[in-house]
Parts: sequence; structure tokens; C-alpha cells
Amino acid sequence: MADYEHHSYDVIIIGAGGAGLRAAIEAKQRGLRVALICKSLLGKAHTVMAEGGVAAAMGNVYPEDNWQVHFRDTMRGGKMLNNWRMAQLHAQEAPDRVLELEEWGALFDRTKDGKITQRDFGGHRYARLAHVGDRTGLELIRTLQQKAVSMDIDVFMECKILRLLRDDNGAVSGAVGYWRPTGEFITFSAKAVILATGGVGKSWKYTSNSWEGTGDGHAIALWAGAELIDMECIQFHPTGMVWPLSVRGILVTEGVRGDGGVLRNSEGKRFMFDYVADMFRAETAESEEEADKWYDDHTAGRRPPELLPRDEVARSINTEVKAGRGSPHGGVFLDIASRRSAEFIRRRLPSMYHQFMELAGVDITATPMEVGPTCHYIMGGVRVEADTAATGIPGLFAAGEVAGGMHGSNRLGGNSLSDLIVFGRRAGMGAADYVEGRADAQTLDVAQVQSIIDESLEPYTRETGENPYDIQRDLQELMQSNVGIIRTGSELDEALVQLEALKVRVDNISVKGGRVYNPAWNLATDLPAMLTVSTCAALGAQARKESRGGHTREDFPKADPEFGKVNMVLSQPTGSGMNADVKLDPQPILTMPDELKALFEEAK
Amino acid sequence: MADLTMRIWRGDQDGGELVDYEIESQEGEVVLDVIHRLQATQIPDLACRWNCKAGKCGSCSAEINGMPRLMCMTRMDQLPDGPITVTPMRAFPIIRDLVTDVSFNFEMAKRVPAFNPPPMPEGGYRMQQIDVERGQEFRKCIECFMCQNVCHVIRDHEENKANYAGPRFFIRYAELEMHPLDTNDRRELVREKMGLGLCNITKCCTEVCPEHIKITDNAIIPLKERAVDAHYDPVAWLGRKITRRTKRSAAEAAADRP
Amino acid sequence: MAVDDATITEVQLGGRRGGPDVATLRTDKWWKLPVTTVAVLSAFIVYATWAAFFGTSNFFYAAHNLLSPFYSPCLGNICKTQGVTTSPFLGWWQLSPALIILVFPLGFRMTCYYYRKAYYRSFWRSPVACAVQDAHSTYSGETRAPLILQNIHRYFFYFGLVFNVLLTIDAVQAFIWPGGGVHMSIGTLVLCLNASLLWLYSLSCHACRHLCGGQVRNFSKHPIRHKLWKFVTPLNAKHMQFAWMSLVVVAMTDVYVRLVASGTITDFKIF
Repeated sequence: MADYEHHSYDVIIIGAGGAGLRAAIEAKQRGLRVALICKSLLGKAHTVMAEGGVAAAMGNVYPEDNWQVHFRDTMRGGKMLNNWRMAQLHAQEAPDRVLELEEWGALFDRTKDGKITQRDFGGHRYARLAHVGDRTGLELIRTLQQKAVSMDIDVFMECKILRLLRDDNGAVSGAVGYWRPTGEFITFSAKAVILATGGVGKSWKYTSNSWEGTGDGHAIALWAGAELIDMECIQFHPTGMVWPLSVRGILVTEGVRGDGGVLRNSEGKRFMFDYVADMFRAETAESEEEADKWYDDHTAGRRPPELLPRDEVARSINTEVKAGRGSPHGGVFLDIASRRSAEFIRRRLPSMYHQFMELAGVDITATPMEVGPTCHYIMGGVRVEADTAATGIPGLFAAGEVAGGMHGSNRLGGNSLSDLIVFGRRAGMGAADYVEGRADAQTLDVAQVQSIIDESLEPYTRETGENPYDIQRDLQELMQSNVGIIRTGSELDEALVQLEALKVRVDNISVKGGRVYNPAWNLATDLPAMLTVSTCAALGAQARKESRGGHTREDFPKADPEFGKVNMVLSQPTGSGMNADVKLDPQPILTMPDELKALFEEAK
Repeated sequence: MADLTMRIWRGDQDGGELVDYEIESQEGEVVLDVIHRLQATQIPDLACRWNCKAGKCGSCSAEINGMPRLMCMTRMDQLPDGPITVTPMRAFPIIRDLVTDVSFNFEMAKRVPAFNPPPMPEGGYRMQQIDVERGQEFRKCIECFMCQNVCHVIRDHEENKANYAGPRFFIRYAELEMHPLDTNDRRELVREKMGLGLCNITKCCTEVCPEHIKITDNAIIPLKERAVDAHYDPVAWLGRKITRRTKRSAAEAAADRP
Repeated sequence: MAVDDATITEVQLGGRRGGPDVATLRTDKWWKLPVTTVAVLSAFIVYATWAAFFGTSNFFYAAHNLLSPFYSPCLGNICKTQGVTTSPFLGWWQLSPALIILVFPLGFRMTCYYYRKAYYRSFWRSPVACAVQDAHSTYSGETRAPLILQNIHRYFFYFGLVFNVLLTIDAVQAFIWPGGGVHMSIGTLVLCLNASLLWLYSLSCHACRHLCGGQVRNFSKHPIRHKLWKFVTPLNAKHMQFAWMSLVVVAMTDVYVRLVASGTITDFKIF
């Protein structure tokens, strides 16, 4: 029997990005004993990658802005699949959450009269993103981190949670995990658990996510009996770098295309003209000559086809690559070098220029970039109750990217950071309210703990077996090609079959060496979660026979109002794992009250 | 064809050594890419810390050919020919291979007295851009801790760790000292207990900073000058004596009132 | 409010470090910079010592009113013998006036934040270059005497300003030759260059930047100090360059005046 250390808290929070930190601060302020657990060092979470800003209808730049407008933008962006109550709370509370950050030491960029300045972003009617240059996510996480540290919150760094524990009444009672630096196991008893584990992008080949985005929170919630919704709704960016390796996954801003960059295939053809759908034909240029006039004078010609909506561009790239006309590394060429002067490019796109120069030695003023659709964000996630962030399991809460519903089928830029602080706080409040009515922490179910530990150590028991890195690579290839930005029924069927085969391989992983900071073993313990969320995404994608927001079906290219009325709800029996069947059950979305519906009528 | 030699330090608290690994070079890679390929093909248990692989999180700090660098920001084609040495950060205790125990830094973070603004007015604080810019530079810090690692005060003199905040936290103190809303005075604290005087401004922290923060010129030296204001400057000291006396007598006068 | 007590948590000391136990693994030519620094600073010190102790003639070229910066203000009897008319005298001082004068610029440079870096690295090798082991086994930085005196740098800065004014006066006076009239020669330009670089070196000083405005918390409440700070900040970024340029030029100015005064070369008259 393995030894392990044990800790008892009122609330444990798994994940220390923006949402986890904000939840910890809230619960601690309520006087609770709080533990914050993260897979990396504190302050390294994926939140640091957010650049644009925090969307909040503060009205500092446009006084006309208010929560109703922000709410409406968010719902429309999500193609009305959003949990309306979450979108409402988000729009109403974001401004206060941003101001609160300043109380804790954040330094946002200012307007002339000394308020927080706000910038424009796609899908937002007014300039609404509070920001600090292009490092807003870093500012947010550092502010929350410093606040949490000053409150003396216990932080368990580089600690991976394997499973949640539930007591006899079905409530969450704790979690089991291990320290990555030592490989020693650790258990937590807690009256409440908040999941804030972020996204799932690491299951795709081209992703902007870090290694941590393995969907741990989604998976352990599902295994414990909680429900996931709309896991097929995943945001892909059409132009992420696919090569060189050093910049793979890094997004190339749409500004490159807006400033004259064009997409070409391996034959050098500007292929986007072949992909203009009927509904965009009236506003899109027909020839290169016409399109090129547009850049200087938007009235002289119609828009170039490179500036069609994200999913249109991505689908076209996908088709070119699949037809064998892709670039050497599986993307297409984004060329601004041959069309604009070096001086122009450096002036208009300074950070793009420097990033690629420094990281890859790629001079975008001299050579085309190799780009392709890149996995960026998952809108779907753990089903939660809007006001409290409570899941279906008593005592289990979820906030941030791991929670589903807030963004519907597509997220607006800037809404992720505000999501973190609004629902991080709400999860902290929800957990605190829940905890305050409860007796002391439960006793640990030793047998349950032991079986979790044994399961995680299985890779060491096999003399020979699969290499976890090989499985990860194969999974990423599979998800990229079959459950990528454009999906079809047959490919999804194939994906589900292959995922089962991968699960068999995961059960046959062999790991050598010790447990002290062993990345092979760490990956082996991440893979079950990656396969579970991948299966959920594929199942949802298969069931949703329409195209909506971040979910595009080639065989069902239009939005179907009937599918717009349902969430794809995924579940597993309590206490299951990677190998248990996932049940999919479409359930009606929440009905919006009439006074909010009226907002959409007004705008028409 | 394996045309590249990676000379990687393998070991843990019980000791270790440099081990050569041969691998085929590929176009357009950074050091971290090669490390990842080695993990996937030859050394599955090679320990290395990383997260974003885009120079934004500050996790993959190591020493490449003896210089502290982020592995994700160091291009292979910019390194000289011959074996490439990759070793863990030198100033911190080793965990395994390229991973070190950086808890020293988190202890120093706990020591920083919290930001202390006046109560927030209705509608939020007002601050001017010129007043937030100095602090914003320091808030670019991604906490890679390479400045701490390269600083000889603790890199070569372990005993100083007990009383030395280090460059990363000097910029934090500077940020708070320059924050337009903060009401604390941390100057004596930094001088007396955080080891500001130990810094001999040899600027290695600035040299290795991947965010190009002017740590020495914009944070440490201004802090040293503030310490002079608060402590060393004889004229300022005299001035304080005088003003303090007047203030005290005013307070005493107030206390005497019936 | 002053923060008297921060939470001072225990830091666990010790623990084996990773990497091989060698002074450095650097493969580049990191020793080039400290070697150069030692060479240039040593050359300057040797020359300045000679100029101050032994070069007690030819520091003034009376015909064109050119006074060496090492001897300005020209105090002491030697100046009278050399016919210096532009400076006050200290009749009782019999030795080279440079011995009094050089204390201040020397003090300014010794306590300068840039030179501290330069000599701590190159002479004291603490550390000689980044990620190269400190040459000393114990280290107390600038916390004890005598190095704690580095904190008086700002007073040397004030004195430095006085010298800048004096050298500026010298440069202006060089335009007025004995016998009247305004003239310009290479010599006057050399003195102007010297004075300018010394001004740039002083104004770019870190203490200057702090005193101008760096020390205020809210720039918006001190617009003039903010303007001053904005003016000296870009200069400060070039403090190192100014430090070296002014050092070399001040020595070259002395050399030039001596060569002219001794008749080795002629001071070319422009008008």
C-alpha cells in the first residue's frame, strides 16, 4: 500500500489560472480554509497568453455602452446557444470585477481623463476591452496571484489531480493527486471543490494551448458523474502558424489579411476566390484586381475573399490541404511579403514581425508564412448553474474555460478574461455558501484512494508497452484531421472508432524511470483525460447535425433552428473512467425571460 | 542522420553529469523543440519545465551554453556549431535534470507587503497614463527567475538567500514605490531586510531579462536612490528631523486642546 | 505609512545545485569586455597620475587661452608661474592644483552607478561576467564600509556640476584671446567638446535622473519635474557611452593642450 500525505480544507480549487485564483480569493475572504492546486508553478497558467483585453461594458470610451449591449453581443456571438443567465451575469458584473483588479494593484492603460481605456474588438459593438498593451492576461493573473499570496492562501504547485472523491451521499468529498516534483501521492478532504482547469487544446496537433490544456477538469468531473455540454463547440483560428516548429500554434492576427496578406496554395494560386459562398458573393470581390483596390479605398472595390468570416476561410484552407495543394508542412501560404513593402509591414504589424523574427527567424517581410487552422478555445464544458457555478454534483463547482454555457457556440474575443473573474468569484461564493451549511470534512475513503493510486501507477508495472508520446502524437493527428475545424459525419465516425483503439493503447502504456519529475509518467496520467474529452468532442460533433459558431459540419453547412434549441449533454456513470461509455442526451436550452428577449427585438 | 549533439545535464539531489545525445537537426527549431523531440524518441523521462512555448509564461528557464536563456526563445540556428550544453538554473537546488526548486522566489513573494491603496471612489480610481507607465514596465515580468538565477549575490553566495529579495522582487518593490495609489513606504524595509545594499549593480539581471525590462536602471538604482533619500542623505535626514519636530509639536498642541 | 514588519518567512538554505561544478560553461568570449575595461581604465589612471603629479608645466597655452581640464580651476602658485589669468589663486598651495581638483571628478566617477558596474566586474571580478563564478568566497556588497559610501554619489554629482560650470567658463574664455577679439581654433572646439561631454555625463547620471523627477510618485502632480525626468531619461540610457566618451576626451583634451603649449603642434586657427 502506497503512502500519501493528506490535507483537509473547506474548499479546494483545482487550477490556478484567472478563474481559480479569483475563486480562491473569494472563498478565503469568507474566512474559509482554502487550498489552491495547480499543475504548473503559480502564475504560469494559460491565462498569461490572453492578449487583447477584458471585455466589460464600463462605458469609459463610449458612454452609450451598457450591460444590455454587451449581453446582446455575447449572445449573438454565441449564436444564441449560450446560457442566457451566465451571459447576463457576465455582462452585468464584469465592470466591477475589472475595477476590483485595480484595487489589487493592476495597472490598465488609461484614457485622457484617467479612467481605464477600452479598445475595439471583433463582435463587440463598442470599444469595450480594458487592456494593458498586448499582455492583459499576464496583468490579470499577476494581480490575482499577488492578491492571493498576500492573503496567505495555501498553494500546492506542480500537483496533478487524478480524480475526485465522492462520499456516500453523492457529494464531493475531496481529490487525489500527486506531486510532480517528487511523484509522491497526496489526498485532499474538502467540503467543496472548484474546478478551474482551463481547456482541452492539447489533443489537437495545431493548438495555441500549452501542455496543461489536457481537459483534466472536464474529465474528472465527467468521471465523477457531472455533465458536460456542447463539447463540439471549439474555437479554431484559421491562421495559426504550422511551421517552423518553434512557432507552431502561434496565431497570426487577422490584421495581416486586412493589410493585404493573401492566401496561396502550393501552386501559387490565390485560391480564396474559388470558395466564395453565395451568401457572401454580393459583398466579395470577383477578381484580384478588384480585391486589390479595396485595401486602399473600401469604396473602390468589394472585400477580398481572404476577409470572409473565420469559418469560411478555415474551411477553404482545409479543402486545399486535403486536395494535396497544401504547403510542405500541411498548411497554406499566407503571403504579405510579395505584396507590401518591408517598411509597410514593419510599421503596420510590428509585434507580428518581431515575434516571428525572434522566435523563428522568419522574416515576414521576405517570405510567406505557413498557416493553418489552430485549436484555440473550447466553449463547451462542465454544465453549471449560472448564479453559483454549481455542477450537478453537490459540492462541485466549475468556473472559467472548463465550465460550459457562457459562450454558447462561439466566444467573442475579450470575453474569456471577464468570464474568469466574474465566474471565478461566483464559484468562490457558491462554494462558500455551500460549505457554510455543512459539518466538518469527511473521512477519507481509503480503498477508493488506493485504487486511484494503483491505476495511475500501472504504466510502471509493464515491462514493455506503448510510448505515451507516440499515443499523444497519434491522438493529435487524429483530432486535427477528423475533429478539426471542419467536420463530416463519416470522419467523426472514424474518429470515434480510432479513439477506442487509442484507449486500448493507453491501457498498455509502459513507463521507465522513477516518479520524480518524470514527464513520460505525467503524460501517461494526462492521456486518459485527453481521450475522454476528445471522445466527448467527437460525440457532440457527430450528434449536432448543423453548423453553428465553432462547430462546422461540411455535410450540414447551415444552422438548424431545431439544434439551436438544445445542448448536447454528455454524461457517464459515477466513478467511471476513460473506458466507460459516454452517454449523449440532447436537452433543451434554458429559456430566456421576455424582458431579455425584448433586447433582441429592439435591435432589429 | 544525427548531426547534432545535445549535452544535457542529467541528475538529481544525489548528483549528476553531462550526457551527450545525438539527434538529427531540423529546420526552424528552438532548443525546447529539440528537448521535446529527445523526450519523445530517446529520453522519455528527461525532466524539463515548460508551458506556453511562446516566451510568455517564463517556465522553461535553463542555461544554454552557460548563459541563462528561455529554451523556447533560443533558436538553434543562432547557436554556435558544436555540442550544445543545456544545464539547469545554477542558483536553485536541483530537482531533476533541467528542473530546479524555485521555491526561494515564492518565499520572497510572500514577504512583499501588499499593495495598499486608499478606498476606491465611486466609478473607480483615476490615474494618468504617465503615472502608470513606470509600473507597467515592471509588470511585464513573466517570472522566469533568470534574473534571480544569474545574480551572483545568491548564485555564488548561498548564505545571502536568507536576506535578499533579488532583482525580480526589487522590480516589484520599485513598482509599488512608483504606484500612484500606494500608500506604503517600503524604502527602509528594502534597505534593511531585503538586501538592496547587497546588489552591486553589475547588471546581469538586465542582460538576461527576456522581457528586456531595464531592471537595474529603472528599478534597482531608483530604489537605491530612494534608500539614500530615506536613510543616507545627511541633508534629507536633517530636513526630516526638522519637519518631524514641527509635525510632532502640532500633534502635541492638538492633544493639549481641551 | 511605513512598513515596519513584513512577514519574514524562513528560506530553506542549502540543497545541491544542478549542473557541473565549474566556474562557467560559457563558450563565448565573455572575457573580452572586462579585459578592455581594465586596459582603458588603467591607461587613464596612469596618464592622470602622471598629468597630476608630474605634468606641472604646459597645462596652459596662454596665446590661445587654453587651460587643461585637469588644472581647472587653476588654484595654486604654479598657475601664476604659467601665466594663467582666468582662474582664482590659492597662494599657499604649492603643489599641482590637479591634486585638489581631481578628487571631485574622481569621486564622481568612482561612485557612479555605471563605473561601479565596470570596476566591480573587471577589477574585482564580482562577477567578472554574467554566469561566471564570483572570484570571492564571501560577499557583502555595498552594505559595509567603505562601499556603503557609494550612497553619497549625489553629492559628487553636485560638485560635478560646479566643475562643469567652471569648464564651460574655460571653454568660453578660450574664444577670447589675450589682446582681445573673438577667435576660434581647434583648441576652443576641443574645450567645447570636453565641456559638452562632461555635461552629458553629469546630466545622464542616475542620481540626476532621480533628483530631477524619478523620486516622485505621481508625475501628473509634478508636471515640471516630469518634463525634466523625460529630458534626462533618454540621456540616462546612454550614460555608459557618455562615461567612456567623456573620460577619453578629458584625457585627450589635456594631451592636446600640452602638445600645443609645448609647441609640438600648432593650434590651428579657424578665424
